Amino acid sequence: MIYLDNSATTKPHPEVLKSFEQVSTSFFANPSSIHQLGGETEKLLIKSKQQAAMLLKVHEDEIIFTSGGTEGNNIAIKGIALEHQGRGKHIITTEIEHPSVYEGCKSLEKLGFEVTFLPVNQDGVVSIEDVEKAIRKDTILISIMHVNNEIGSIQPIKEIGEIAKKHPKLFFHVDHVQGLGKVPLSLDNSGIDLCTMSGHKIHGLKGTGLLYCRRGVKLFPLFHGGDQEFAIRSGTENLAGAVSLVKALRLIKEREEKESGKLLELNHFLRQELKNMEKVVLNTPEESAPHIVNFSIPGLKPEVMIHTLGKQGIFISTKSACSSKDLDESRIIKACGYNQIRTKSALRVSLSYDNTIEEVKIFLNKLNEAINQLKEVME
Amino acid sequence: MEFDHILIRYGELSLKGKNRKKFVEKLQNNIQQKLVDFPEVKVKRTQGRMFVLLNGHAPQPIMDKVKNVFGIHSLSLAIKVENDLEKIKDAALYALTNSENVNTFKVSVKRINKGFPVRSQELNQILGGHLLSNTESYTVNVHSPDIDVRVEIRGEATYITSSVVRGAGGLPVGTSDKTLLLLSGGIDSPVAGYLAMKRGVQIEAIHFESPPFTSDRAKQKVLDLAEKLTKFGPSIKVHVVPFTKLQQKIFQETPDGYGMTVMRRMMLRISERVCQNEGILSLTTGENLGQVASQTMTSMNTINEVTNYPIIRPLVTMDKDEIIEISKAIDTFDISIRPYEDCCTIFVPKAPKTKPKRDRVNYYESKFNYDDLIQEAIEGIEVIKINDRKVEEDAFEGLF
Repeated sequence: MIYLDNSATTKPHPEVLKSFEQVSTSFFANPSSIHQLGGETEKLLIKSKQQAAMLLKVHEDEIIFTSGGTEGNNIAIKGIALEHQGRGKHIITTEIEHPSVYEGCKSLEKLGFEVTFLPVNQDGVVSIEDVEKAIRKDTILISIMHVNNEIGSIQPIKEIGEIAKKHPKLFFHVDHVQGLGKVPLSLDNSGIDLCTMSGHKIHGLKGTGLLYCRRGVKLFPLFHGGDQEFAIRSGTENLAGAVSLVKALRLIKEREEKESGKLLELNHFLRQELKNMEKVVLNTPEESAPHIVNFSIPGLKPEVMIHTLGKQGIFISTKSACSSKDLDESRIIKACGYNQIRTKSALRVSLSYDNTIEEVKIFLNKLNEAINQLKEVME
Repeated sequence: MEFDHILIRYGELSLKGKNRKKFVEKLQNNIQQKLVDFPEVKVKRTQGRMFVLLNGHAPQPIMDKVKNVFGIHSLSLAIKVENDLEKIKDAALYALTNSENVNTFKVSVKRINKGFPVRSQELNQILGGHLLSNTESYTVNVHSPDIDVRVEIRGEATYITSSVVRGAGGLPVGTSDKTLLLLSGGIDSPVAGYLAMKRGVQIEAIHFESPPFTSDRAKQKVLDLAEKLTKFGPSIKVHVVPFTKLQQKIFQETPDGYGMTVMRRMMLRISERVCQNEGILSLTTGENLGQVASQTMTSMNTINEVTNYPIIRPLVTMDKDEIIEISKAIDTFDISIRPYEDCCTIFVPKAPKTKPKRDRVNYYESKFNYDDLIQEAIEGIEVIKINDRKVEEDAFEGLF
């Protein structure tokens, strides 16, 4: 099997699974229980926050464990909107956000909020000037992703953070789900108030994630109950999930430090070979995240390619898994200004640190073969 | 180019006459202790100055560790370069552009090595011009600049220092002997410990626990607080006293209203015994005048009767909000407010006496001989040593 769909999800690391199992077996008590077992698990919960904070260079009381990216994005966006609507009802985001941000913002429109969806250029990057111009007196939130999940474009988060700093009344949320472990993002003194991360994109488990919530930022909770996670996310803590997430975080940070050069080489090789293929056009811009390469084979339905490669044990995807069931064109690639021939034929290869050059070579060979076979049916 | 050392300034120490050498050595030692996890980083002294040599390590984590060490007035990141004009120019530019929150600057040149061909005044102008022409957003302000880029040309090399970061102040911990801190788990006592440490005092802590009326979490809270305090000094020994039997007896034998006073006196008696055993010369408490019933002047007078050891009360005249401010700054507040009962909050009489008289208390204490129970408590003390380096709980090993 050659797995090249790592932006949809990754294979859990065995060490991560081991932590999950150990905690589930040995520390199953509810951290809110006052008996000794509860005391132990509470200690472990505090410890996992400390570890996460250390890895992200933030404070331990700024870590909220969640069930993943979608939840993190929803808590951040709706939490700010509902808590601070008295101050204003305007939100700024982009046209290329993940559905959990995009649809989350759309849902707020129905509640009377006004949302500005900023366009992107052909490289899939939002303009800093546009962000600055879009800010109004009643703007309470800017939510912009770090790395786009379909084409891997990197947004100028640092610069937008500087703009956000100049407007102390608005909050800045970053969806860092695809960037984590691949493209560095500093939270310290960054202007970022909220930052979403997910476990299963970094060889952690589904159902794990965290939201960085800067000290002093108030959110309206989406779940009310026993006031766990600073009352932002009530519900008995998924301690095994949290511990396993922190382990995944440590492991991916180590790999990022040691192996980012290798991933970049894979990326360059893959791009170069794809560029040389006659029927292929690249959608991913030159400057982008090292793990995502998006391309179109104009005239070919992407599902056909997915199935052809799938039969041979090679797994890639059309656009993002979260929206690929709706067979329409890619919203993201459309936003980059490409025509329907391209938006409807996009394929995505997403790498992990586990992939090898041999795997990439086999994929390219099989892709080439498939294109040659399918040539006749292509318009 | 990168910052390769940290310059340490120790203002108050220079006043300490003959003791100076001892103080400076202690300071160097304390800094070294804090950096034990960074073997490549060295602390050096030459010609009345102290440096932390980074030897390639990223500066910020080291700065964060060092700036909490008492006895340091201020610190600056610095670069050492050869006595070469071009290299000095590059380094000055690096020092300016790598300092945060800076809009205005000035340059101060000190030419100790008179052999250097350019005179101070002239070099000031050359460097100022170089910085202005190679940057965009900075302006010169000679009166109150955000950063004073200091250039010191010495015989062996030139040192360029950037912004001045305030140190923790005070005196090096360990230069003023030891005190025993009564650590309950509340907001006040860790702050009292911190302030004692600031004046160079090394601390050990004593904590009274009364299981099952108090829980493991109350004890853990105290250990976590002690760990926070190790940021400012060496490791801390915590003496945990099993207090249940004695405490129960006190409240059985003493009329309601006086139990609290007798309990406090017992705590001081036990604390004094621990001091004697450990060679500690004083006690430190978080007492604060008028905060609660046990902390009135009359109450302090009555409680104090049982020991003639000095009791240091750093918070005695502070307002609660001042105390809370410090506890937040030293990161103990969030631990202190964890809601577990400690031995001072259980068995609290409905109306504790705010003016407990010495003769009354002595009379109540004479009704029962507590000697055996005190002895038993002292013999049952558990000593836990808290290190500032991450205490890895064995049970959690490998999980992260």
